[in-house]
Amino acid sequence: MEKAMTLKELTKKEVLLSPGHRMCAGCGAPTVVKMVLLASDYPVVAANATGCLEVSTCISEYTAWKIPWIHNAFENAAATLSGVETMYRSLKKQGKIDKDIKFIAFGGDGGTYDIGMQSLSGAMERGHNLLYVCYDNGAYMNTGIQRSSSTPLGADTTTRPVGAVIPGKTESRKNLTRIMAAHNIPYVAQASPSHWLDLMKKVRKALSIEGPKFMNIISSCNRGWRSRTDDSIALSRLAVETCFWPLYEIEDKNVRVTFKPKEKKPLTDFLKSQGRFKNLMLPDNEWLLQKFQADIDREWELLLKESVAAEPKKKD
Amino acid sequence: MAKVVAVTGNEAVANALRQVNPDVCAVYPITPQTEMMQRFSSFISNGKVKTEIILVESEHSSMSACVGASAAGGRVITATSSQGLALMWEVLYIASGLRLPIIMPVVNRALSAPLSIHGDHSDAMGARDTGWIQLWSENAQEAYDNAIQSFRIGEHMDIRLPAMVCMDGFIISHSIERIEYLEDNEVKDFVGEFKATYPLLDIEHPVSYGPLILPDYYMEFRKAQDEVESKVAGIVLEVAKDFEKLSGRKYGLFETYRLEDAEIGLVILNSAAGTSKDVVDEFRNKGIRAGLLKPRLYRPFPYREIGEALKHLKAVCVLDRADAFGSSFGPLYSDIASSLYHFPERPFLLNKIYGLGGRDYMPFHAEMVLNELVEITRTGHVKMPKEYIGVRE
Repeated sequence: MEKAMTLKELTKKEVLLSPGHRMCAGCGAPTVVKMVLLASDYPVVAANATGCLEVSTCISEYTAWKIPWIHNAFENAAATLSGVETMYRSLKKQGKIDKDIKFIAFGGDGGTYDIGMQSLSGAMERGHNLLYVCYDNGAYMNTGIQRSSSTPLGADTTTRPVGAVIPGKTESRKNLTRIMAAHNIPYVAQASPSHWLDLMKKVRKALSIEGPKFMNIISSCNRGWRSRTDDSIALSRLAVETCFWPLYEIEDKNVRVTFKPKEKKPLTDFLKSQGRFKNLMLPDNEWLLQKFQADIDREWELLLKESVAAEPKKKD
Repeated sequence: MAKVVAVTGNEAVANALRQVNPDVCAVYPITPQTEMMQRFSSFISNGKVKTEIILVESEHSSMSACVGASAAGGRVITATSSQGLALMWEVLYIASGLRLPIIMPVVNRALSAPLSIHGDHSDAMGARDTGWIQLWSENAQEAYDNAIQSFRIGEHMDIRLPAMVCMDGFIISHSIERIEYLEDNEVKDFVGEFKATYPLLDIEHPVSYGPLILPDYYMEFRKAQDEVESKVAGIVLEVAKDFEKLSGRKYGLFETYRLEDAEIGLVILNSAAGTSKDVVDEFRNKGIRAGLLKPRLYRPFPYREIGEALKHLKAVCVLDRADAFGSSFGPLYSDIASSLYHFPERPFLLNKIYGLGGRDYMPFHAEMVLNELVEITRTGHVKMPKEYIGVRE
């Protein structure tokens, strides 16, 4: 059933998020969704937390989703999909359904790190056979760039704006990927659309594993990041190459770094073209930048130490 | 063939749910509902039902999971009380807006603060405008019968709406009463097979649930929902007729007790109606024409029918086991007042708030209220339009 994951094979598959949706030009989220869905060789039912992706892809009476899709509310995509998946198991057990169907939830960082955290934790602990994908753009972008617990240190947001006495966000990001791994679920991964093959392999692996799976995928937002629309993938790549967004997976508690940059770039390479970090480039805020770099270095070193078989550096 | 048992209200409803045998149940513990779902869980553990249970981490998630499971295409139940229902509030509107016939027994309990685990109607009253059908039950038998009928009502193809079945916390949920159970196969035949509409799991026919809707169509959508509400009463009566054939027990939109020739009357929900009926009898024995009306279908509220049933009375007291802070009157009073307003001749109306947080409602309370109504018919004067009774000054 599974097809080889080559560009040639993938071009033959139907893209399941149709054009005509109203996401911004240069937004990472539809790219992420298309890659995730393209990686599946099974029929998929999707759930979506309230957010940019949801409001822009299904405006009555149009839908961009070519697969069954449900939006319930902001904080409950995981609980909602756990209900769908449970009904599937019930009907399958009763012989009313015979198909193999996969279940994927999509939520932004606000709907996942913050308001949806409890619902997600519960669904993971209960062991539902589903994949939760967080597309992480580091703030509440749909409501206009407000601070979330995923917002990076020093970033300028509309609820923690850079001002005369406050230098933007003064707290480090929550490490959600690690928190999900602490649930001891069979598969957790971080991915980036810049490394499409790595991302899609992880999705395919996740879908092949029974039980709850979580993937955290960086998703650029030119409105919130104050960056160029055509820099979306380039910025995602820099996030990986600076180790701001390490690519790794945790399978059965084994950590594996799936991409090791040839040369770990300084964090400023990722920050400098984004308006939200303009403040971090000022000499007065050097301490904040240093703290940020130290956070990144610590997590990367830890990952390398834990990684069972750090893959040799290679380009994909 | 009826089987007579002595069980609690919780046990009776749990047994109704077993007999219906739903596909999925998502639930979270809360007093005084917990016992019901403990019993239902033991049916699952012992293979008495096919139900898959989701033991969620909150009531918000239980209603969220119910929405997902129902949209997936099967029969879904949950149950709750009090704070649990309050936590579900956001998703209640989504369940009815998406027209998902989820069935939820609500074991009525007071709301915090201050925290109280005991019975009153504040919880379900707070959810009365969520688009859910509400059936209220005087005793365990009615709760059992309403639970069975609620599936046929909510799943009716003309409406497809979620339904709550309300009964009083502790007073009914934890008291043992004599109940007549229907046979398992009778219940199975009565509720029939679940018919899925636009199931998410029909992957050949993909559908999108829960779209964003803009000002160009939101209002039409709401109007359509309002029109559906107007069909509910007819379906409730149709289902009641079938249920009477099966059980011999007669149900309507509301129950009237010695009301036809009454001059004074009480309007009261759930268990306190039983106590009140005894006192109505005492007044009748004294030659005073007292009567009672007990709403059963509280949402959608059958305004016309209730107004017609009460308009000939001289004075009516509406007893509310919940207050609606800041609205001057209790919620049931406001509905009864609306149902009577259109009649040029209508009874004097007063409102008593009773039994909050499990405070006992005694026969002398009903007696006191009925005496006040007698006085009003004599003097034509209402001293206190709204008052708390059975409370320290």
